[in-house]
Amino acid sequence: MGGTQEVQLMKDDGTRMDGRRPDEMRPVHIEAGVLNRASGSCYLEMGGNKVLAGVYGPREAIPRHSQNPTKAVVKFRYNMAPFSVDDRKRPGPDRRSTEIGKVASEAFANVIIVEEFPRAQVDVITEILEAAAGTRCAAISAASVALADAGIPMRGMVAACAAGKAGGTVCLDLNQPEDNHGEADLPIALNLTTGEVVLLQMDGHLSSDEFETALDMAIKGCKEIGEIQKEALYKRYQRVVDGEVA
Amino acid sequence: MGHDVVLSTIKKDYIRRLAEEGRRADGRSFDEFRPVSIKTGVISKAEGSADVTLGKTRVLAGIKMIIGSPYPDTPDRGAMATGIELNPLAAPEFEAGPPREGAVELSRVVDRGIRESGLIDMKSLCIEEGEKIWMVFIDVDILDHDGNLFDAASLAAVAALSTTTVPLSQVDPEKEDYKLPMNPEVPIQTTFAKIGETIMADPDLDEEACMDVRLTVATDQNGNIRAMQKGGGSGAFTRDEILEIVAKARDVQTGLRGELERVLKES
Repeated sequence: MGGTQEVQLMKDDGTRMDGRRPDEMRPVHIEAGVLNRASGSCYLEMGGNKVLAGVYGPREAIPRHSQNPTKAVVKFRYNMAPFSVDDRKRPGPDRRSTEIGKVASEAFANVIIVEEFPRAQVDVITEILEAAAGTRCAAISAASVALADAGIPMRGMVAACAAGKAGGTVCLDLNQPEDNHGEADLPIALNLTTGEVVLLQMDGHLSSDEFETALDMAIKGCKEIGEIQKEALYKRYQRVVDGEVA
Repeated sequence: MGHDVVLSTIKKDYIRRLAEEGRRADGRSFDEFRPVSIKTGVISKAEGSADVTLGKTRVLAGIKMIIGSPYPDTPDRGAMATGIELNPLAAPEFEAGPPREGAVELSRVVDRGIRESGLIDMKSLCIEEGEKIWMVFIDVDILDHDGNLFDAASLAAVAALSTTTVPLSQVDPEKEDYKLPMNPEVPIQTTFAKIGETIMADPDLDEEACMDVRLTVATDQNGNIRAMQKGGGSGAFTRDEILEIVAKARDVQTGLRGELERVLKES
């Protein structure tokens, strides 16, 4: 969070610079079953973010010492394409993507019925093709659809959305200028069946009242994304019923 | 050890037997490429981009331009680098981690086809001799692997470069962005696999899994050869087979070139 107030982030009429209301998210588009080799896959756009997710497994966990005799290991890869950002991202993992992979895999270990697959691993691979703030949430929402598309048994779908504070106002789903110059960012992921929070990070500066507003706003955002995820999966299986795809 | 690709003996025998009978599993002729589609301008944060599908193989190339200092031996020229990732998204046998030899070979062959053909006008990328140049980063993300990544990646890289804008205004607000100057002699790469005694263009994943060897040939629009690479196994070619492939590459590349030119005209 830059925390600089010099950039105007809110208009005088209480709307944001891109015309959204504070509690409005950017347009979301989700398509399931977009890759041929993956067991399940998903393409998601959220504002200017473009994300692909693919799932492989459950398959034998490697290396062997990573196997758990009682349950499957969930491995989540978060990776940004070198051309996805303004300044070229050097290929390969960095500390940020490693951390996102860790907290996201923990989120999915909460919902995947891992006890069914001892000694196995489920690989969830996400690729940020274009980044415009909120990529980790986009990647998690896409990954959940890819897991469902792969037929991995889950206790519930996961959707992720961030709320934050920009220009002094608590808002949903920060865009790039709001993320760069805003005061706080609070990405969360929700188990949509139980309503429990399975991922939470926060940076910046919020009062406890603002935090409560932001948290409720983000939860509402996750539920909205959940509806779009459901729609994408319906469409995917409608294509199967219509005989267009296997 | 990784998750290796395993092709059943039955499938291998089937593909080999078909080849002997003069057929392919998907019904193509031996000189026929799978359907190709090229979409450019798909990533707005990249200076150029192209999403290419070749049958069920799908790759995405993105170009980033960065200001750097020239190499001491070429003070008045820009520089380029090609990186290709075998993304674990694209196939169960691909693993995360530093590039292995397969990925290194792939990116070097694609790089050579572009570099040695002089596709990019490197002199035009000099901003200040000996001090400041543009570096062109070609990054190709393999998204779905169904064989012949060489040709798909090379076509995507060329298509992305052909639609690249040099972001000069970001460096000097008084100057305008301009189209990356390119040599009109675009190299088109075509790959042929040898299975038994049969030579086939554009091998798909199953054909690659049971090929003895492959040969990649990059040709320009005049039919001149601009780069070659033998790989894909311990098999070997006879002299006549090599000449046969070179002749076929000249014919086959016209289809890919036509599609590229059609897309670039519309973009």
